[in-house]
Amino acid sequence: MSDPVGNWLDIGPTTQIEPGTARTLPVEGGDEIAVFHTMRGEFYALVNKCPHKQGPLSQGIIHGDSVSCPLHNWRISLRTGEALGDDKGCTPTIPVKVDAGRLFLLREAVIGPRAA
Amino acid sequence: MNAQSKIDPGNGAPSREKLVVVGNGMAGCRAVEEILACEPDRFDITIFGAEPRVNYNRIMLSPVLAGEKSFDDIVINTAEWYDENGIALVSGDPVVHIDREIGQVVSRSGRVESYDRLLIATGSDPFVIPVPGHNLPGVVTFRDLDDVDRMLAAADKGGSAVVIGGGLLGLEAAHGLALRGMKVTVLHLMPTLMERQLDEAAGWLLKNELERRGQTILTGADTAEILEKDGHVSGVKLKDGTEIPADIVVMAVGIRPNTQLAKAAGLEVGRGIVVDDHMVTSDPAVLAVGECVEHRGACYGLVAPLWDMCRSLAAGLTAQPRGYEGSVTSTKLKVSGIDLFSAGDFSGGDDCEDIVMRDASRGVYKRVIVRDNRLIGAVLYGDTADGNWYFDLLKKGEDISDIREALIFGQAFAAGGALADPNAAVAALSDDAEICGCNGVSKGQVVSCITAGAHSLDAVRSSCKASASCGSCTGLVESLLAITLGDDAVESGPKTLCKCTSFTHDDVRRLILEKQLKEIPEVMQELHWTTPDGCSSCRPALNYYLLCAWPGEYRDDERSRFVNERLHANIQKDGTYSVVPRMWGGLTSPKELRAIADVVEKYNAPMVKVTGGQRLDIFGIRKEDLPAVWADLNAAGMVSGHAYGKALRTVKTCVGSEWCRFGTQDSTGLGVKIEKLTWGSYMPHKFKIAVSGCPRNCAEATIKDFGVICVDSGYELHIGGNGGIKVRATDLLCKVETEQEAMDICIAFIQLYREDAHYLERTAPWLERKGLDWIKGELFDDPARVQRLGDRFRLSQKYWQVDPWAGRARGAHRELHSHLAEVRPLKLEQA
Repeated sequence: MSDPVGNWLDIGPTTQIEPGTARTLPVEGGDEIAVFHTMRGEFYALVNKCPHKQGPLSQGIIHGDSVSCPLHNWRISLRTGEALGDDKGCTPTIPVKVDAGRLFLLREAVIGPRAA
Repeated sequence: MNAQSKIDPGNGAPSREKLVVVGNGMAGCRAVEEILACEPDRFDITIFGAEPRVNYNRIMLSPVLAGEKSFDDIVINTAEWYDENGIALVSGDPVVHIDREIGQVVSRSGRVESYDRLLIATGSDPFVIPVPGHNLPGVVTFRDLDDVDRMLAAADKGGSAVVIGGGLLGLEAAHGLALRGMKVTVLHLMPTLMERQLDEAAGWLLKNELERRGQTILTGADTAEILEKDGHVSGVKLKDGTEIPADIVVMAVGIRPNTQLAKAAGLEVGRGIVVDDHMVTSDPAVLAVGECVEHRGACYGLVAPLWDMCRSLAAGLTAQPRGYEGSVTSTKLKVSGIDLFSAGDFSGGDDCEDIVMRDASRGVYKRVIVRDNRLIGAVLYGDTADGNWYFDLLKKGEDISDIREALIFGQAFAAGGALADPNAAVAALSDDAEICGCNGVSKGQVVSCITAGAHSLDAVRSSCKASASCGSCTGLVESLLAITLGDDAVESGPKTLCKCTSFTHDDVRRLILEKQLKEIPEVMQELHWTTPDGCSSCRPALNYYLLCAWPGEYRDDERSRFVNERLHANIQKDGTYSVVPRMWGGLTSPKELRAIADVVEKYNAPMVKVTGGQRLDIFGIRKEDLPAVWADLNAAGMVSGHAYGKALRTVKTCVGSEWCRFGTQDSTGLGVKIEKLTWGSYMPHKFKIAVSGCPRNCAEATIKDFGVICVDSGYELHIGGNGGIKVRATDLLCKVETEQEAMDICIAFIQLYREDAHYLERTAPWLERKGLDWIKGELFDDPARVQRLGDRFRLSQKYWQVDPWAGRARGAHRELHSHLAEVRPLKLEQA
């Protein structure tokens, strides 16, 4: 695409999400997105649904680059969306970038169909 | 010196070429050695040196300054070596001119020597910052033996020394001068000592240690001028106006390649004399080696690259194709008692991964930096035994994924196929090898303690204390157990708190108190957590343990709370929440019921249910609506029911003597009093209380964590019941006569449970683990114990008996209840 800015959806300043916490972004007609800020300072975005029983991952405890689902404690990789350990399943991820203190999500991944 | 005194079998043969070496330092002589090793009879060799002495090991000048070595100790090539190899040494007479046209050099004294091949090894010169006063008597550099002699002369008179430059050389000079009795101040321009070799953490440890030894270290110190008195240096003035008195000033801010001679001879010179991979300059007849050269854009100021260069030079001269490809360098500080090593790249970055090990009690800091499964850098402070091994891994660029887990523990632990058999490396350690640095326990001591019957990690920890403090040697102790007993005979100890640590819940609780650990990251650092920020098991546990250990002092970490405790409501399978307001003792009123009814209608709660704990549970509330729901409930006088918490849940009561024809005491009244006393208290797990007015036990007090059964003569107090997966009836703890005694023992029991149980351990398994007698002993052996436990409970309640809903209703932590934004795709498409 010729306009790179248009490919990315500005969802506001990074300071809205404290390290070690996550916040949510409902999408009209689509799946709610959870945006994570790890203790180490990295940002990730996943569909806010555990592959197990659709628990809201945004409400889990974040440790390292994974989150433990609040419903049944499945551990999900924030990098890949894959369930870790013995559990099997994958949550779609949404590419995130940080630019000049603001968070951007890849627009097509937010509103379009997603590959798991 | 005359080299012709020995009989040389090749002497006089017409084919011998004439090699002249300019520079009698480490590089020049090493190059000659390499050439001799390849082709001993090819050259007639003459070496010119500026210093009036044989070749010595320049990097050992620091120990000479420090008085740890003499000059004789550091001589590399003795006069006999020059003789034996037929080398003419012209010392104390530097070459001042090169005539490449006719192939001749001229020395300061006028000596002329022809060459077929010329080797320039003029090394480097110390860089002197050109501040006013830089050439005063008493300002010295630290480059050769004459500099050392000047420093020693100054030190003999005592007084103060200022060393400008907190790099490797400056710190070694400062150390030597301090050992010689001078009061030393080090001025360093940058905020971190040795910033090119150390990261901030190691630089800080180093600064601390040097200051502890009495040196004054000023970082961020920019020298303005060197002060003079009576024609001699008298001090240093900084740009901020600070003046430091000095009888000698050592400039050790860096070196620059000595290229004057080469430049004057018209050779290509950049930062150094430009050479190719065989150390040949722009003139094929002229070679250069050492600190004076620039190879592929890099100049080196350390000794190791020099050896590589010399090998390549000799290979090139003798027509072997192996060229020099540059060097990865490592650094060790030669200050006795300070072990410090650095190599490679440690600036970090997104694609790099740090593995850090700290041992606070031994002052050890180790950091290795990994990128793409390869070691790219290492910084070691306090324990550099594995420096060379890391350096080797780094230079070879080997894939370290197989040994990654053990990498930070060093070679003994990780290398040599040790992952397949980590015990082999440990078995190879000598008996007096130290296993536990914290408690000073040797391998021999650990082994004899194992043979004496300590067959588990825990038993070793309690008998000889190895690995009982920081836990960093746990792996070693486990290996010793396996070696000594055989793998199968090792008894597994109590379960560790989680996979992030080798410590059990009990260990962690004990060490939090012993070491006064007051924050989660501090616990993880001091107890050597193996993960950067724990996991969903240890984080809530640590949060609870700290909260219990330091009431009023520890700041609760919301990020380490399960969602229910963070949102003060119970998450349900659809991601909505249920809300349970507190109803004291199970009593309610029209006002409360109206408020609940209003909330149900206003927020379209799909269900309201009476719970087993005699409360009303409102289901289907969205996280965004929780604060408003709570505000409405607060307005009717209701507070959080903590139905979501590892906390006091409910006090269930029967109607008791006020209404019931069988009732013996006011069980409802006592239940309300107990709930008012205990609500808001966090526990290792949920905690339920019930008060029954007679032995018919309508409140089901005998399956609660704490149950009261009223009888005519007073109150039976029961503990450790559970109505969950594994039903357990309570044990009778004791019988008391008054309500006050019942309440005192209730909170004493709660506090004992809070201080002793493992996180997520209900009272029933806790009681079975510890035994009823133990609990009775703890509570009643010392008559003052109930009071003391009660005091601690009340102290904690001072901070925790606060309605968490009220703050949220007023707008606290709004971010937990609101979305970042909402995405409406149609709008987006138009945007």
